[in-house]
Amino acid sequence: MTPGTITAQITDYANRADPYPLYAELRKTPVRREDDGTYVVSTYEEVRSLANDPRLSNDTRNRPPGHARPGQPAEETGLPPSFIFTDPPVHDRLRDTINRPFGPPHSPRFLDGLRGELAKVVTELLDAFEGKDQVDIVEDFSYPLPVTAICKVLGVPREDEPRFHVWADALASSLDPQSGGGDESQEKAQRARQDMGAYLTDLIETKRRHPGPGILSALAPDMTPADLEATAVLLLVAGHETTVNAITNTTLTLLRHPDVLQRFLQDPGLAVPLIEEVLRYEPPVQFVPWTTALADIDVAGTTIPKGSPVWLMLAAANRDPQRFADPDRFDPDRKDNEHLGFYTGIHYCFGAPLARIELHVAVPELFRRVTFSQLLEDPPPYRANAVLRGPRHLPVAIEGLTA
Amino acid sequence: MSADADVEVLRRQGRIVVVGASLAGLRAAETLREKGFTGSLTMIGDEPYEPYDRPPLSKQALLGRARPEDTALPRRRDIDAEWRLGVAAEGLDRVAKLVRLANGATVAYDRLLITTGTRARPWIHPEEAALDGVFVLRTREDSTRLTRKLAGGVSRVLVIGAGFTGSEVASACRELGLEVTVVERGPAPLVGPLGGVIGAVADRLQRRKGVELRCGISVTALEGDDVGRLRRAHLSDGSAIDVEVAVVSLGAVRNAEWLAGSGVAAGPRGVACDAGCRVFDVNGIVTDDIYAAGDVARSPHPLFDYQFLSLEHWGNAVEQAEIAAHNMICAGPERRPHLWLPMFWSSQFGVNIKSVGVPSMGDQLVIAQGALDEERFVAVYGYHGRVIAAASFDGAKWMGFYEQQIAAGAPFPPEYRTVDRRTETLQPVDPAFPDPHLPTHGATVTLTGHSPSERRVTFVPAHA
Repeated sequence: MTPGTITAQITDYANRADPYPLYAELRKTPVRREDDGTYVVSTYEEVRSLANDPRLSNDTRNRPPGHARPGQPAEETGLPPSFIFTDPPVHDRLRDTINRPFGPPHSPRFLDGLRGELAKVVTELLDAFEGKDQVDIVEDFSYPLPVTAICKVLGVPREDEPRFHVWADALASSLDPQSGGGDESQEKAQRARQDMGAYLTDLIETKRRHPGPGILSALAPDMTPADLEATAVLLLVAGHETTVNAITNTTLTLLRHPDVLQRFLQDPGLAVPLIEEVLRYEPPVQFVPWTTALADIDVAGTTIPKGSPVWLMLAAANRDPQRFADPDRFDPDRKDNEHLGFYTGIHYCFGAPLARIELHVAVPELFRRVTFSQLLEDPPPYRANAVLRGPRHLPVAIEGLTA
Repeated sequence: MSADADVEVLRRQGRIVVVGASLAGLRAAETLREKGFTGSLTMIGDEPYEPYDRPPLSKQALLGRARPEDTALPRRRDIDAEWRLGVAAEGLDRVAKLVRLANGATVAYDRLLITTGTRARPWIHPEEAALDGVFVLRTREDSTRLTRKLAGGVSRVLVIGAGFTGSEVASACRELGLEVTVVERGPAPLVGPLGGVIGAVADRLQRRKGVELRCGISVTALEGDDVGRLRRAHLSDGSAIDVEVAVVSLGAVRNAEWLAGSGVAAGPRGVACDAGCRVFDVNGIVTDDIYAAGDVARSPHPLFDYQFLSLEHWGNAVEQAEIAAHNMICAGPERRPHLWLPMFWSSQFGVNIKSVGVPSMGDQLVIAQGALDEERFVAVYGYHGRVIAAASFDGAKWMGFYEQQIAAGAPFPPEYRTVDRRTETLQPVDPAFPDPHLPTHGATVTLTGHSPSERRVTFVPAHA
């Protein structure tokens, strides 16, 4: 592999369907310097250690001029960066506040309370399979559920949900280092953000006057409208595409491993280790390209100089043979599966408990009700995005549907 | 017969006795079976219960979120042991290789593991300690009794001692809406384990949460009424407070008395063992058939000048037990050292406190991240120019990084820039540990000197 071309290869669409041979190559140099000064880190211990290192920043304004600064909204939007692109103390203050109506210790039952409504959505989506012999798992199943979930979390009225689908698409593609560099996609994302911003400003104002369900009502008194809006945008982007991919990847992986699928059908209790193993094996967030070294950092015999952009390759780390025996094997019986699918450290996925609920509501029910005959395209067509990697479509042939 | 053959026989048909049916005892037993030990296994415990978890007893249990009787430890595997519960071990005969029990019975061993842990230090005057309303908190029964008392309507709770347990009790009481007075002999809460700089933060936190905190004084007497119920506490400043409940949180006493006269190096500071958990005898000679693990053990650590450390830490109990179990049934070259880096946590007044390393060894301190007055920070302790410990308030996720710094002997003060650094350069200050010659009760790491057979109570200065 020629040095200096790694990040280009990672984002190259030709590697999208199966990036793992490239990642294996990458791990031969755990910390690799690109010609432009970016460092790509691909082994488990090193990724884990850096993700927990206070010398690494998520605020891309710390990058020297000339480097991409993902997460920094254009000035004309007047919006602050969302909390994933901030460092403490701003990060901690925002995340603590947002967590208050979302999870324990203050709201331990909030997410669990959404289970029933999400199960209803799953039932409706599966009912619609009736009479079909072919479905697209992405369009017909994975895609609609997470937007509904985020809308429920925020408290968006149901009739407005379709608009969120469009915005989510545009915003997610701007996180991709490849298309993110392109003006067209950035413009589209900015426009989506503005439209969504305008909508949210109205909604937040309504919620302030007439509190209802969802976290926006709970947060409106404690946060500035700008912070709240940035947060809502983040939750939508980070909570949508990722979960779509997680559900799709689980389906795809199970259909590729009929032996595991057979066991799962007989033992629904396998769902927990199985879903965790998918998060290791096919993580929906493949890498984190938005961190920056605040100081010289010695790692695995290399010094990452202060100011360097750092890419943490989660999907490569998840297949590091030093950490996971036989890492390319999909093995739901794996012990001690401390994967990096949800990242680690202070930026550990905020929505992880929601994602797990969605997966556990969706996947067992999908396989309980649907009798699959086969994948119609393998590999399926993938989306352009290399960070939030997942199939664009997953056409499958089905034999039947049980009630 | 070669030593290796001995080990094989031991693994197949040896008799292993674990004294102390505790977290450490259970994890050791599980490890023994995991590693293929098929001989007989006897678990001796003075409490009538199978091993249970203690951290929730001063937190969730007091708040009614968990019942003390529901804290049984999860089992990793079946251990196929004979349980001798509710009867304490009373003596050890090293020549006959027998443990004597309080009921007169004896249990023979080929390998013995000592995991007797600690107990709560009782109130100094036994007749006052016996008053209705005077509590300690260590066991499941302590927690049940205290929880019931607090739920029964109490006007004010007196907490004696503001170490970790005392502070957690005070926190739970405030959360229950009870009035609390905390009396601490030192200048601030948590000074023993974390020093006065951090203690001052704990001080402000407690007062802000409505605790009536009285530092620098001590309780001199507890007074009962005619029928033996606590009604008043007298303080060293001459004042008195009317209370129905007093929780004595003066630290722990090591359960090593039963070993007196046995010839092993056991005393008030614990049972001395080498880095492989093998217990020393009083001549400083290592035994090969007696092992120790958990709160009762003290063993030398290379990162801390090879001083013997005794650690009252949950994680230490687990790891040391696993090492002891492994070494008990292995030949010499396969044995592993116990090099665990001290780590503990506490939750109180809505704050998660976590520490790694040995803060009390620190001669300097910097606030590397966050700010003291925000009650969210990482404090880093230095010793002779290297990082020796770190403690955080609501910053637990950074502790893994500082653990690496301690293990690597990284230079102190840290010069590099981090997130949430508030000053351009870090100004080291004295962490303000109390005079180590005064008895402290809040330490969770105790430096117990270099001598394996030291049997007197001596406090080793943290300042070298």
